[in-house]
Amino acid sequence: MSALTLKNLDISYGDTKVVHGVNLDVPEGESFALVGESGSGKSTILRAIAGLAPEWTGEISVLGTPRTHRVDRNVSRQVQMVFQDPYGSLHPRKTIDSALSEPLAIHGIGNRDERVEAVLKQVGLDQRFRFRFPHQLSGGQRQRVAIARALMLEPKVLLLDEPTSALDVSVQAEILNLLKRLRREQNLTFLMVTHNLPVVSFLCDRLAVMRHGRIVEIADVAQLKQGELREPYSRELLAATAG
Amino acid sequence: MTTRAWLLADSPTSRWQANAGRAYRVFTALLRNPLSVLGGVIILVLLLTALFAPWIAPFSPTGQNLSQRLLPPSGVNWMGTDELGRDIFSRVVWGSQITLTIVLLVALISAPLGLLIGAIAGYFGGWVDKILMGFTDIFLSLPKLILALAFVAALGPGINNAIIAIAVTSWPAYARIARAETLTIRNAEYISAVQLAGGGPIRVIVQHILPLCTSSMIVRVTLDMAGVILTAAGLGFIGLGAQPPLPEWGAMISRGRTFILDQWWVATMPGFAIIIVSLGFCFLGDGLRDVLDPKSEGKS
Repeated sequence: MSALTLKNLDISYGDTKVVHGVNLDVPEGESFALVGESGSGKSTILRAIAGLAPEWTGEISVLGTPRTHRVDRNVSRQVQMVFQDPYGSLHPRKTIDSALSEPLAIHGIGNRDERVEAVLKQVGLDQRFRFRFPHQLSGGQRQRVAIARALMLEPKVLLLDEPTSALDVSVQAEILNLLKRLRREQNLTFLMVTHNLPVVSFLCDRLAVMRHGRIVEIADVAQLKQGELREPYSRELLAATAG
Repeated sequence: MTTRAWLLADSPTSRWQANAGRAYRVFTALLRNPLSVLGGVIILVLLLTALFAPWIAPFSPTGQNLSQRLLPPSGVNWMGTDELGRDIFSRVVWGSQITLTIVLLVALISAPLGLLIGAIAGYFGGWVDKILMGFTDIFLSLPKLILALAFVAALGPGINNAIIAIAVTSWPAYARIARAETLTIRNAEYISAVQLAGGGPIRVIVQHILPLCTSSMIVRVTLDMAGVILTAAGLGFIGLGAQPPLPEWGAMISRGRTFILDQWWVATMPGFAIIIVSLGFCFLGDGLRDVLDPKSEGKS
């Protein structure tokens, strides 16, 4: 079954249309990357799937069911998102514990203490971080918390918006390894936005190259690794990041 | 483990310890600023005076003794007596209760009201914002004292109506601040994360946006307290606030006006009380601003 299906998706912010006629199908368990330069509409697609960019037309289906334009509670249990900036994605006045318990409280799920402890273990954070405030954590630790928060509702699909671009190179590797392990352990589907092609070859199975709000090419990671992308623009992008 | 080590623990083990630690850090930062300590001490003295007025005041605040009228300050009447022979010191002490009541009630009514209206307007935007802010602008465009006067005139003079009038005139400024803060917060990723988890607008506003607005609100409210005291005193001075024989400071100044040339202490003593308490709130507010500023968060 498809985890995510996008059909003729147009997304606009006000009067400006930023994504044009995107068609995409991500099977369950796959890790799919959207790559492209800044402003090519990749993050906007993630926000529309998550329900944070409500002005779209076309069809977005999650695990076979079309989603509505607003944030909806059933969809939030299936799809969660990890944001780009770990410094901006955690509430400065809330402890890690309350950030992680919040989704459980919203959905009325019990056993909160145990679940929070379990998820901290999953993302490789010590229990002593549990009652700290975000400013007492490093960037990498914050991003682990953000990933943990996304996992609280045990979603099937994780949307990753450049999850490592705000981090140091050494920390990036840790987070990527963590994501890879989590995906294997929980059979997650990833839809990741990035402009870092090495990250794509490390973590993803397929990729779509985007430009000016349109998908230029969809390719296998094997093609990327061998430098066998078809479209001239994709080759250009590959050359630019390799150089 | 000492209490201090427990409070400053790097890895708190419970919700309660984490919050207590944060409060302790704010408190110690506040102690490092001498002016805010002075302000805090003044407010503390005001609180204690109001609480223990019956024991502190040597005389009754309302008991008249016409043979003792208009006596200058002395060992018996520390601040002298007024035109009805009442001890001014006792009246100032009892007046602290009235002032504190006014200040607290105005803060309790207007700050939450302003916060809520501002946060709702900022969060929803669109026509909700337009209506609420239009309403706020109408209130803002009217001079505070005049508006309070109009309310008191409509409701009738008295301390409760003065409180209502002042509260009604002071919320719009808070609503503006709360709205401005909400606008900068509402698109933050941590708000998106709550929405994404299925959190509705009430949860987002009450649990996530308001806590971030409150620190600047506390600062603003303490700084405004001086203005509230003065407005209350002003209403009392005009005769629309507390009614005689209540020992409200503004009303006392108003009565002393007649004798200001020959018996200066009648109007001056309550004037001092107003100045000192207003200054206390200003100092404390300034200190709080330095400590609670979200931008300095993490440094303290």
